[in-house]
Amino acid sequence: MAARVITITSGKGGVGKTTGVANIGVGLALEGKRVIVVDADIGLRNLDVVMGLENRIVYDVVDVVEGTCRLQQALIRDKRLPELHLLAAAQTHDKTAISPEQMVVLCDELRQHSDFVLIDSPAGIERGFQNAIAGADEAIIITTPEVAAVRDADRIVGLLEAHEKGSPRLIVNRIKPEMVKRGDMLATEDVIEILAIQLLGVIPEDENIIVSTNKGIPIALDGQTGAAVAFRNIARRVLGQDVPLLPISQQRRLLARMRHLVGRG
Amino acid sequence: MGFVNKLLGREPRSKDIAKQRLQLVVVRDRHFLSPGVMQTIKGEIIQAISKHIEVDEENTKLTLSRSAGHHRLIADIPIQGRGRRA
Repeated sequence: MAARVITITSGKGGVGKTTGVANIGVGLALEGKRVIVVDADIGLRNLDVVMGLENRIVYDVVDVVEGTCRLQQALIRDKRLPELHLLAAAQTHDKTAISPEQMVVLCDELRQHSDFVLIDSPAGIERGFQNAIAGADEAIIITTPEVAAVRDADRIVGLLEAHEKGSPRLIVNRIKPEMVKRGDMLATEDVIEILAIQLLGVIPEDENIIVSTNKGIPIALDGQTGAAVAFRNIARRVLGQDVPLLPISQQRRLLARMRHLVGRG
Repeated sequence: MGFVNKLLGREPRSKDIAKQRLQLVVVRDRHFLSPGVMQTIKGEIIQAISKHIEVDEENTKLTLSRSAGHHRLIADIPIQGRGRRA
């Protein structure tokens, strides 16, 4: 079965792309899939640190693209999971070090060695974003339930469609159920109504994310809290499994409404 | 929902404000409706209508709003002069 290349992007910075890539990657690996996660944020490398692999980087994505090393030399195997590998970003270059065309070639090579390639897109809509989506088959947009993030996400939806990357799926990150209940935070259904794309999952605000990043252990690995479960569920939905949303406020009604909104009956 | 809140004398919830603002800003972004473009559209509407009826250019307003599930461009065009009975 052909590998799937998925770019995780957002537009706005700081909404949880890198954490998302790390944890969805872990979730897919836990389901037995061969996963390569790629940090496309050249110059501002972060995926390595979130995954706790920062001391194992010898070669990076620019080295691979320039032919300084073979791909296998650059792939860092996460020892906690048999089939999860990281291709780190370069730290001493910037986004112009790689072209979208080179990313397409790289993704084609990565497909030969995996079931899933997850690309961590940088924030923005410039070269870094163009690189990150060039080789992608599909995209996941991460947003938080805040005005600026949702506005940027909408722009990204438009850009992805313009680049013929299909209709992206949405993760709403950092939902605080109490604030939603009080009317002080946009609910997931509000965000879906504005963006009108399919919902992939909802991640609750979870302090344990910070703890897990401190330790360099992605929370989806063995966490039992809201965010950990949510990430693992998202991975299973990516695999096509029908996993109900966690019971955060009106999630069940939301699922039915969402299907209706995006015309899936 | 905002209407009900106003009726009951309640402050609108901040998330409703956020949602309304987002809906409008997103439509502007999607259709590239900058203030410049809005001015151009307004000018062209006034030009077209002025062919048939005298209007108050200075007080004509063009706004973007949302009601009944639809985004709408609303042109508010005051009619000038008294016309003439046929």
